[in-house]
Amino acid sequence: MKTKTVKNIRVIVDKCNGCRACEVICSAFHAQPRYSSNNPDRSRIRVIHEPLRNIFVPIYAGEYTPAECAGRNTYTIDGKDYDECAFCRAACPSRGLFKEPDSGLPLSCDMCESDPTLTKPKCVEWCLNDALIYETREEPVLEDEVGRQQELQQGLAALVDKHGMKDLLDIVARMSSRD
Amino acid sequence: MRFAETGFNLEVDLSRGNIERVETDPKLTELHLGGLGTNAKILWDRVPPEVEPFSPENLLIFGTGLLAGTSAPGANRTIVSSVSPQTRLFGYSMMGGFWAPELKHAGYDKVVIRGKSSKLVYLWIHNDKVEIRDAEHLRGKGAVETSELIKQELKEPKAQVAAIGLAGENRVFFASIEQGRSSCSRLGLGAVMGDKGLKAIVVRGTKDVNVAKPLEFLEQCSGILNYIKYREERPIPGVMPILQGLGSPQEMLHVDEEWHTTNFMWGNSRTRRRDFWSKDIEEKWTGTQETARKRLISCSNCPMQCGAVISMPGQATYMMKCFSKLTYTMAAYSDLDFGFRIAQRATEYGIDGFSGPQVMAFGLELLEAGILTDADFEGMPEDNEGKFYWLLDRIVRREGIGDILADGTHWAAQRIGKGADAFAHNNIKKHEQLPLKLGMLNPVYFLMYCTGEKANITQIEGQFPQAPFPTKEEREEFNKDWIQVPDEKFKQYLMDWEFRGENSNPYYPTAEMSCDIVDWQETMHYIDDALGICAGLSSFPLKPPYHIHNYPKIISAATGMDLDEEGLKEIVRRNRNLLRAFNNRLGMTRQDERPPENHWKKRFPELEEQLLMTYYKFKGWNANGVPTTETLESLGLGYVAEDLNARGISTADDSAAAAQELVGAAS
Repeated sequence: MKTKTVKNIRVIVDKCNGCRACEVICSAFHAQPRYSSNNPDRSRIRVIHEPLRNIFVPIYAGEYTPAECAGRNTYTIDGKDYDECAFCRAACPSRGLFKEPDSGLPLSCDMCESDPTLTKPKCVEWCLNDALIYETREEPVLEDEVGRQQELQQGLAALVDKHGMKDLLDIVARMSSRD
Repeated sequence: MRFAETGFNLEVDLSRGNIERVETDPKLTELHLGGLGTNAKILWDRVPPEVEPFSPENLLIFGTGLLAGTSAPGANRTIVSSVSPQTRLFGYSMMGGFWAPELKHAGYDKVVIRGKSSKLVYLWIHNDKVEIRDAEHLRGKGAVETSELIKQELKEPKAQVAAIGLAGENRVFFASIEQGRSSCSRLGLGAVMGDKGLKAIVVRGTKDVNVAKPLEFLEQCSGILNYIKYREERPIPGVMPILQGLGSPQEMLHVDEEWHTTNFMWGNSRTRRRDFWSKDIEEKWTGTQETARKRLISCSNCPMQCGAVISMPGQATYMMKCFSKLTYTMAAYSDLDFGFRIAQRATEYGIDGFSGPQVMAFGLELLEAGILTDADFEGMPEDNEGKFYWLLDRIVRREGIGDILADGTHWAAQRIGKGADAFAHNNIKKHEQLPLKLGMLNPVYFLMYCTGEKANITQIEGQFPQAPFPTKEEREEFNKDWIQVPDEKFKQYLMDWEFRGENSNPYYPTAEMSCDIVDWQETMHYIDDALGICAGLSSFPLKPPYHIHNYPKIISAATGMDLDEEGLKEIVRRNRNLLRAFNNRLGMTRQDERPPENHWKKRFPELEEQLLMTYYKFKGWNANGVPTTETLESLGLGYVAEDLNARGISTADDSAAAAQELVGAAS
């Protein structure tokens, strides 16, 4: 069976000291040109922090989702109540997290993929307290064609959600007539 | 485009309710960097000496450091400046936390407050939208509580809040400005904020902060982080634990308090308890701390964990850092449980954890001495801890005796009379100091205590060791990777420094060497405070990641300025002399430049005079501690010399005359 390398950041919430260096360096890395600016609101990792409740949860941005989820649970861990959103990586309509401050477009963690390749994502490198650990694992992949189709469908769905089916179809039609 | 800085200040006039966004002159950055330096420039230009601390004309400036909001580790300080109601001099106070980067991201380098609001208000800064909002419903609320209430009211959980408590509202001379994790505690700037009717400044920003040379700057920042890792793995041998590492003293981490409790003074900085620490106490205090401490926490973009989330059973949670852990405990001759508990209330009220406990202990001493009477303390509980809670409540409300004590030990003693001033014994420039009394005069610390414009020198700070190493081998070992020294001669100073004999305190380091060392320490502080870098990564600990050799590169990469070590030192000298001149203009003279009389048991009047005069000369100041015209002009501060001279404050180089006087006094 074919496998692919899945990159993962293990988050050890007990070790987070709430300094938000991960946000600082993530935004700098993704700035254009690279490292030219800082802005935690552009960061693809954010520390959900409520110091007075001793809640510090770094989460990195996952997939965009067009709709809020139906029910949201509360988890109680070590006597502390966490909203389910505290662990959710989605850029979703229910919150401002993981959206470009100017355009509102969703942000997603790319594990700092770059050329040359980094040994680990920047947030992990800058977390000297080891709250963020970079890990990789091998996972089986779907057949190429199926995978590709799925990916395409997902991408289109996001565009439909943002611009509406009509606009999208119009543009596709215009583009194909140009060919 | 402006780099590192935003290029804009917010000017807020609370009397008229006017808010302006003002572009700043880039030339000022070249002359003064930012933070403390540009704060001092604004105060010099706009606050003449006639302005009373509590008058609408006094300014309260919240200045971010030049590097705040960039990737520079530990660049998170807000430098708050004003005329202090306590010292009536430059109020040089700072806080870490997250407020400064947030303000930068909102698009401003400083918030300059003037005027006075007739109603209690708070300022809400959200990028380009800035409003003055009613805060009457927050009157009397705790500083931490206020912060939470405002964030809820605005539905802005990510906003950063700097707020005052009851102490600030009631203009207690040692009121702090609290920011959750951090506070701007020293010199009573919370009282100035209260006087202006300003309960809080709330900030939320989502804009970029740019740097000029991204790759070079990143390389420097990574270098800082790598050096922190290197240092964390290599604690300095042969010095006490709190001096071994980086950051501010790791009071939230360490539970062994033998050193503090047996070397620092208890009560009103009075009693040394050499035999205090025991196995029983260690066990009990360890239990207290481990129960109370929920997590070690940091300021923005810094890996050091100098603070903690503290939660005492039955009390609201708060955050603490550093030595306030022991100041209440030791002032009251009590235990750590009491210390953590009363600090929670004191944090909500917003008072300085150094001055506050000493003021309370001072009040009780006056009662004991019969200078104050039972009538002054009517209603005070009998038990020791109860007395402190009672006094704290009176002080922050300015009720009865609390109204007098709220002015701090110096001014309270003046109001009380009857010899009370002998009990206000631990002050420099009217400001309460660390409760520490020592044996032998240390010439370096003597100069720092006398001449530091911060009026707040702790006995452990600086990149030069505070005591000699016993053996030659240890000195060599220390020197081996001492890359931070500005000049190799400092290594020789250390090599030759002994515990006993000719080359020991107080005559060694010699006056000239002491000047060099103090100047180095001070230079680092002035750079840090202009850049907003935490002293814990630079001017405070031994062998820090930031130093005189990498700073020019870091500043150049961030701002695009062409800067070398000499250029940076010149900026420091300019800022240093501007601050000094500001204080001279407010009446500060050589008479004010003295440590507490009993700080050292062994004093050396002649030597001390010689030290001070040598230092003044070294700095280019006259015998009264005023920068000479020549010094000021060489730094482009001719306008400062003119102003001082016009006011009859001599800037003439009278060192020859003074030397004559000194010889006369000695013979």
